[in-house]
Amino acid sequence: MTPRELLVRWLVRQLSPEAMTWLEKSLAQLRTSGKDADLYMAVSLAARKAGKADLALSEADVRDAQAARAGWDPRGWSADQAARVALLLSLDNDPGRLSRCLDQLCITADVSELAAFYRGLPLYPDPPRYLARATEGLRTNMKNVFEAIAHRNPYPSEQFPEAAWNQMVLKAVFIGLALWPIANLDRRANAALARMLRDYAHERWAAGRPVSPELWRCVGPHANEAMLQDLEKVLGQGTEPERKAAALALHASRDPAAAALLRHSPDLARAAAAGELNWQNLAITA
Amino acid sequence: MRFIDPHIHMSARTTDDYEQMAAAGIVALIEPAFWLGQPRTNAGSYLDYLSSLVGWERFRAAQFGIRHYCAIGLNAKEANNEALAEEVIALLPRYLLKEGVVALGEIGFDDQSAAEDKYYRAQLEMAKELDMVVMVHTPHRDKKTGTSLSMDIAVEHGLAPSRVIIDHNNEETVEEVLTRGFWAAFTLYPHTKMGNERMVEIARRYGSERIFIDSSSDWGVSDPLAVPKTARLMLDRGIKAEDVEKISYRNALAAYGQTGQIKESDWLDPTPVDQRTLFEGNSVLRGQQPRVGEPPAPSEKLGSVVFK
Repeated sequence: MTPRELLVRWLVRQLSPEAMTWLEKSLAQLRTSGKDADLYMAVSLAARKAGKADLALSEADVRDAQAARAGWDPRGWSADQAARVALLLSLDNDPGRLSRCLDQLCITADVSELAAFYRGLPLYPDPPRYLARATEGLRTNMKNVFEAIAHRNPYPSEQFPEAAWNQMVLKAVFIGLALWPIANLDRRANAALARMLRDYAHERWAAGRPVSPELWRCVGPHANEAMLQDLEKVLGQGTEPERKAAALALHASRDPAAAALLRHSPDLARAAAAGELNWQNLAITA
Repeated sequence: MRFIDPHIHMSARTTDDYEQMAAAGIVALIEPAFWLGQPRTNAGSYLDYLSSLVGWERFRAAQFGIRHYCAIGLNAKEANNEALAEEVIALLPRYLLKEGVVALGEIGFDDQSAAEDKYYRAQLEMAKELDMVVMVHTPHRDKKTGTSLSMDIAVEHGLAPSRVIIDHNNEETVEEVLTRGFWAAFTLYPHTKMGNERMVEIARRYGSERIFIDSSSDWGVSDPLAVPKTARLMLDRGIKAEDVEKISYRNALAAYGQTGQIKESDWLDPTPVDQRTLFEGNSVLRGQQPRVGEPPAPSEKLGSVVFK
């Protein structure tokens, strides 16, 4: 099944018959209609037609999503979001037109629509087309819109150049968004990001403000000597979550000096090595 | 006690206002599209402004626990720039059926010019076609004549009076508005529009049927707490609590709720997606049960409740 077909299947299960009739008619009409205004109208109406209940997804549904599009995580989508993306995807045989329409929709979008459009990023054809749109979306002040791009969304990790990726992670820390739901966070770790995050930690310490323990996740794998000193300090003097985070970060470093530092906290070292301690069960928000 | 301010220009107001409004018991507000204080000269800035009403301002209000709704339309002043007006009319359909757009407005007359007449009528037709409620701004100059004219034209274009809110009423206009079956909204705005002691007397004389109040607070000297202050004054001066509740909450909800885009459950029992995206971290809207039927609690923030 294609992602669009999956979205429709999930909606059928929970929409009223009238709402489903409206959706199916709209989808069919949009396939053949050349008028962008028809799409804009249908997308506008999606909230009142489909309602805003969360999609009721089973484990099997989540696996189906993964199979239809590797990396796609539909958990947390609501019915109106699913309907909006399905409507957009009725244009997927014409990637140029879909991208043009998406830009126009984003220009006039309400706060909920924006989140829906960005949630759909992994599903639109010809992904590089949407890079400017995605990075523009991250400039938002609206936390839910930022989250729709950054969390549970494989698009940034797959398409963003390093500079854009780093800005996204840094901003997530800056606005107090959790890092663990960022897809492929570890895969995209890099030295420049480690440097930026380390500088941010020092800025926070100078201001007498706390540093999110999650920050060290992206520092560990690329930790240089100065960063290792920071991690040593956090491991020795931090709060319990901070010490755990420092241990995980040191564990991720290939530098033998990191392992040496970790040996000062044998319990944490063992837990990290055994996987008992991991970033998931730390589940920190700043 | 809960309040709705059904006409307020929050884009011109600060977060201090949002904090005070939330503390005073305002749970929802309606922001109609208006002018910025100086004329727009291209449709692009109008489009971006409309987007901000459904985007950033809606999000901003939510951070203080207040549900933000809006009315979309071409206002009377800027209808006089016909080149601009043509373009704006063409882009309105992109917004009118969005979630939380409770009415087409605020439209009507300012100078009662030919251009204003043309675009008032054009928008009434749009409202009729899309089955929308209309928010009518009545002129500040030559108000009585302009209000009658606004109602005549609405009826001429086939709008049912129960679907039209006539705003900025005063002692001279209220009777005709009520007699003809329209909703009568009163703007409590110091010095230039209604003072609230006068509003108490209007409530005493005409009751609470189809009457409600708003602040129209904007970039001028105006009071975003006008609604709760006036409600308190009414109670202090002997207007029955059930009438006060209608005038400061329930009637506005009934008038603008006719198309289903504003409902009490939006703030009493928001959907999970709204809880997560709009109200994260705000305890006011975590399905908390409101205190029903209580008069507004004394609050130092209200200060003096009277303004002239």
